[in-house]
Amino acid sequence: MTLSVSENMTPTRSAFGWAALARRAEAVVIPIAALLAGFAVFSLFLMLQGKSPAEFFALVYRAGFGTAFSWENTLSRAAPLLLAALCVALPARLGLVVIGGEGAIVLGGVGAGFAGVLLLGAPAALALPVMVVAAIAIGALWIGAVGALRHYRGVNETIASLLMAYIAIALMNHLVEGPLRDPASLNKPSTAPLDEAFRLGTIPGWDVHWGLAFGVIACVAAWVLIDKTTWGFAARIAGGNVRAAQVQGLPVGKLIVGFTALGGAFAGLAGFFEVAAVHGSANASLASGYGYTGILIAFLARHNPLAIIPVAILLAGFEASSGLVQRRMDLPDATVLVLQGFVFMAILMSETLYGRFKIFAPERWRTA
Amino acid sequence: MSFSPLSRRGFLKGSAAVAGAATLPNLGYADGHSPLTVGFVYVGPKDDFGYNQAHAEGAAAVKAMEGVVVVEEENVAETIDVQKSMESMINFDDAKLLFPTSFGYFDPHVLAVAPKNPDVRFQHAAGLWTEGMPSNVGSYFGYIGMGQYLNGITAGHATQTKKIGFVAAKPIPQVLLNINSFLLGARQVDPEITCQVIFTGEWSLAVKEAEATNALADAGCDVITCHVDGPKVVMETAAGRDCFVCGYHANQAPLAPEKYLTGAEWNWAGIYTSMVQTVLDGGTIDNFVRGGLADGFIKMSPLGPAVSDASRAQFEATKAEIMAGGFAAIKGPLKDNTGNVIAADGEGFAEDDIALESMNYLVEGVIGSTS
Amino acid sequence: MDTDLGYWIIPLAIIGGAIRVSTPFLFVSLGEALTERSGRINLGLEGTLVFGAMSGYAVAYLTGSPWLGVLAAALCGALFGLVHGVICSLPRVNDIAIGIAMMILGMGLAFYFGKPFVQPVAPDLPAISFGWWSDIPQVRAALEVNVLFLIGAGLAVLLWWMLRATRVGLTLRVVGDSTDAARAMGLRPALIRTCATAVGGAFAGVGGAYLSLYYPGSWNEGISSGQGLMAVALVIFARWNPLACFGAALLFGGAGALGPVLQSVGVSEGYYLFFAAPYVLTLGVLIATSSPKRAMTGAPGELSITK
Repeated sequence: MTLSVSENMTPTRSAFGWAALARRAEAVVIPIAALLAGFAVFSLFLMLQGKSPAEFFALVYRAGFGTAFSWENTLSRAAPLLLAALCVALPARLGLVVIGGEGAIVLGGVGAGFAGVLLLGAPAALALPVMVVAAIAIGALWIGAVGALRHYRGVNETIASLLMAYIAIALMNHLVEGPLRDPASLNKPSTAPLDEAFRLGTIPGWDVHWGLAFGVIACVAAWVLIDKTTWGFAARIAGGNVRAAQVQGLPVGKLIVGFTALGGAFAGLAGFFEVAAVHGSANASLASGYGYTGILIAFLARHNPLAIIPVAILLAGFEASSGLVQRRMDLPDATVLVLQGFVFMAILMSETLYGRFKIFAPERWRTA
Repeated sequence: MSFSPLSRRGFLKGSAAVAGAATLPNLGYADGHSPLTVGFVYVGPKDDFGYNQAHAEGAAAVKAMEGVVVVEEENVAETIDVQKSMESMINFDDAKLLFPTSFGYFDPHVLAVAPKNPDVRFQHAAGLWTEGMPSNVGSYFGYIGMGQYLNGITAGHATQTKKIGFVAAKPIPQVLLNINSFLLGARQVDPEITCQVIFTGEWSLAVKEAEATNALADAGCDVITCHVDGPKVVMETAAGRDCFVCGYHANQAPLAPEKYLTGAEWNWAGIYTSMVQTVLDGGTIDNFVRGGLADGFIKMSPLGPAVSDASRAQFEATKAEIMAGGFAAIKGPLKDNTGNVIAADGEGFAEDDIALESMNYLVEGVIGSTS
Repeated sequence: MDTDLGYWIIPLAIIGGAIRVSTPFLFVSLGEALTERSGRINLGLEGTLVFGAMSGYAVAYLTGSPWLGVLAAALCGALFGLVHGVICSLPRVNDIAIGIAMMILGMGLAFYFGKPFVQPVAPDLPAISFGWWSDIPQVRAALEVNVLFLIGAGLAVLLWWMLRATRVGLTLRVVGDSTDAARAMGLRPALIRTCATAVGGAFAGVGGAYLSLYYPGSWNEGISSGQGLMAVALVIFARWNPLACFGAALLFGGAGALGPVLQSVGVSEGYYLFFAAPYVLTLGVLIATSSPKRAMTGAPGELSITK
C-alpha cells in the first residue's frame, strides 16, 4: 500500500500533468478502495451480530484519530511498530522473509537496560549513546546472524529467524529473572531501574515518546538507502535474481548480511525505546509481539519503508480504539482483530487490481 | 492526600443519598446527575477460571451498585497499552476510579499515569505503595498465602506418597510465599512431606502448564496446586492423572469435583464494593490496604468429598486460628532449601508482616530454586 | 516407594511428551507440507489451528461428541484453506502476506465466537492405553496414546507414499516445481494449489481440535502458544517430507518435555534455557544439515519462501 506520503517525496520523473497524476493515483486509489471494501465486509459481519457498523466506525475514528489524546494513543502504539516493520522490509528487498524481529527487540532491550545499569551515575550524554549502541549492536548481530547463516550455510532464514526469536525470548527471561535481576524488583522481575537521567521523555507538546520520531526518521533513512543509493540498487538486483547479481560481481553475501543486520539494528533500537521511554528497565514485557505485528505491516507496505509509516499508524489506530469499542458496544476485545483481518486481506487482495484500470495508464488512453 | 474535589462531590452525594436516594433512583455522584465511573483493566480474559475472573467477579458486584457505571477492558498488555487504556477510560468515559489489576501494571505504568491525572484514583492489586509515591495511587492485596497454607493442610492429609506438587509461573515473592505456605501447611500434618515445584516461566501458557503437571505426577506427587493466571489446565490435567487438587484464585471444584480438596479464592466483591462505597461517600481509600481471611479478602472453597474427618478438623481449627489474627505460617525454627536460616526458634512472620512481600527463598522441603 | 523412578523419568517424560505434545505440530506440518509441495505457502495456519480448536470444542460441547468436534474443526480448517487458496490464485497476490492476514483473521474470529465456550466443559477425545503391560503408573501414563496421534502417524506414512508413488502425488509435485511444466501437461495449477491448501487447512484444524479436545483439553484464548506458526517452519526443517515431519514433530514434543522434567529431578536453575531446548535443537540440526553448495533439497521450485 503506497499512500500519498510517498507520492510527495518521489522525485518528479516528468512534468506534472494529468498523465502523471493518473499514474500516481493508482497507488493511492486502489488501497483506499480496498480499505473501504474491507470496512464494508466487516460492516456486514457486525450487522449479522445485530451491532451497528455506524456506531462502531464512529468509535474507531473517535478513539483512534478523533481527538488529540487519540492521536497520542495511536502514535505511541505505532512507534515500536515502525522499527519492527523495517526489520522485515529491509531483508525483503533481497527476497528474504525474516519473521523473527521479536528476538532482536527483546535482546536489544536487555542490552540497553544492562548498559544503563552499568553506567548508573554517568552523565546521560555518555550513557544514552552507549545504551543505543548496545541495543543496535545486539539487534544487528542477532538478525545479521540469520543473514549470515542463510548466505554461508544455506539455512533458510524464515525458520532460523523464528527459532532464534524463541531462543532470544528465553534468554531474555533467563537474564532478567536470573543474573541481571534487580532483587528489589518484586512482582515484576526486571533489571535495575534506569537512572532518571537516562529516561527518555516525550516529544515536547505531545504525550508521545521519542521512539516515534526516531521510527519515522529510520523509515525515511531506509527509503533513501533503498531508493537512492547504489547499495539499495544492488540489493534490489540481488533480490530479483541472486545468480545474475553474482555474475555481475555484486557482493551478495555482504548485501545479505548487511541488510539483515541493519534490519536487526532497527529492531534493537525499538527495544532500546521500550526500555528507555516506556518501562525504565528491561523485563519480560519486552516480548509483547511488536516483532510479529511488524511482519504484517511490512507486507502491507509492500516493503516500502515510507509506506510503513501510514500502515503502522492505521494499525495502531485500530488497536487504540479496541478499548472504547469493548466498553461502549459490549463487543469482545477480539473484534478489532477481526476488523484487521478483513481490512488487511482486502488491501492485500487489491494488489491484483494494479494495471487493470485504463484510467491509471495514460499510455492506453488513446488506444481506447 | 489531596482528594478535595472528589470529597466535596462525594459528600454532596452522600448527604443527598441520606435525604432520599430511594425516591430519586438516578441520583448520582458528582454534580448530582452523573454516576461514578469505575474502570477495571485485566491482563487476560475475564473468564480464565483464575486471576482475572476473580477480579471480574468483583467488578460484577460493583456493577450492581447504584450510582456507579463500570467499564472494563480485558487482554491489556503490561506495556504502553495499559497506560493508554487507563487514559482512554479517563478521557472518554470520565472514569474517576481505576482498578488496574495485574501485578506488572504498577511500576512503571500506574506510577507514570497517576501524576498526570491527579483527580483520578488508581487502586492497584498487589502493588507495594510506599511513601513518596503519588498520593492518588493505592495498593491493596490479600494474604492469600494463608489460603495456600490451609490448602496444604488438606494436601498433607490426602497425600500417600508424602510428595506434593506446585505448578508456578514465576519466582516472585507472592508466588514463593504461596509455595512455602502450601508446604508448611502440609508439614503441620506430617513433617516428612516435601513439595516439588515446577516453574513454567509464563503467567498463562496452557501446554506448558499441562506438561509441568504431568512431570509432577511422574515425579510421584499426588496432590497438586498452582499459581498461574488460569488454573483450569492444571486442575483438569492433575485430576486426569488421579492426583488430588487444591484450587487457587477462584473455585475450580466444577472442573474436578471428586479430586478437589479445597481452594484459596479471592473475594474481591466485598473489597471492591466497599472501596467504591468509600469514594461514593466522599471518603478516601487508604493508600495501602491489606487483609486476610478475617477481613474477607480471601475465602476458602467448600471442602471436597475426599477430605477426611481428621483433615476437616485440622483445617477448621487452623482456619479459626488464622481468623483470630496474627497467625504466622513462616515461623522458626525454619531454614530455606539452601540451608540459610529464615527464622530462629521463637521467631515468626505474621501474615501481615510486610517482609513477606519481598520473599526471595523457598523453605526447606521445597524442591526447586528461585531463579 | 516403588513409583520413584529417579532419573529414569527423564527419558520417560521425553517419550510421553513426544506423544502428548507432538500431535498439533504433526497435523499442521503434514497439511502445510502438502500445501507447500503444490508451490504455495500458507503462513496463516496458526489462525486456522486456533479456529479449529475453538470450533472443535464448541461443536463437541454442543453435540456431546468429540469426533463431531474434530470433523467441524476439519471443515472450518478446509474453509480457511479454501479462502487462502482462492485469493492466492489471483495474479500478483502474495501468499505469505495473505497468510499473515488470515492468521489474524482466524484468531480474531476464534476469540470473537469462542467467548461463550471458555467456561463449559466439552467431552475429551478418547485415548488408547498401550501401557497395560507395565505396573508402573508413570509408564502407563506416558503410553496413553490419543487416537489422533495414531491417525497422524498413519497419515504421515500415507502422504509419504502418496507423494512418491501415486498419480496425485506426482501431479502435486509437478505443479509445485514448475507452473509452466504443469500447464504444458494440461494441469490447472491454481485449482490444484487451492485444493492442496484446503486439505492443508483441514489438517491444521484437526491439530487445533487436538489441543482443545485432548491435550491440554480446554478452550481458551491462550490455548496455542504459536504451535501453528512453528509447525509451518518445521516443514522447511523436514524438507517437505511427510515422514520427516513426523520426526520433527516428535523431536519438538519430546524436547519440550525437558524443561519441566529436569526441574522435577532437581535440575532447577536456568529453566528458561531448558524450555528453549526444542528451538535450540531444531536450529542446531538445521545448521548441521544445511549446505550453501546445494539448494534446499526437496524444495518445490515454485515456493516463494525458498526461491
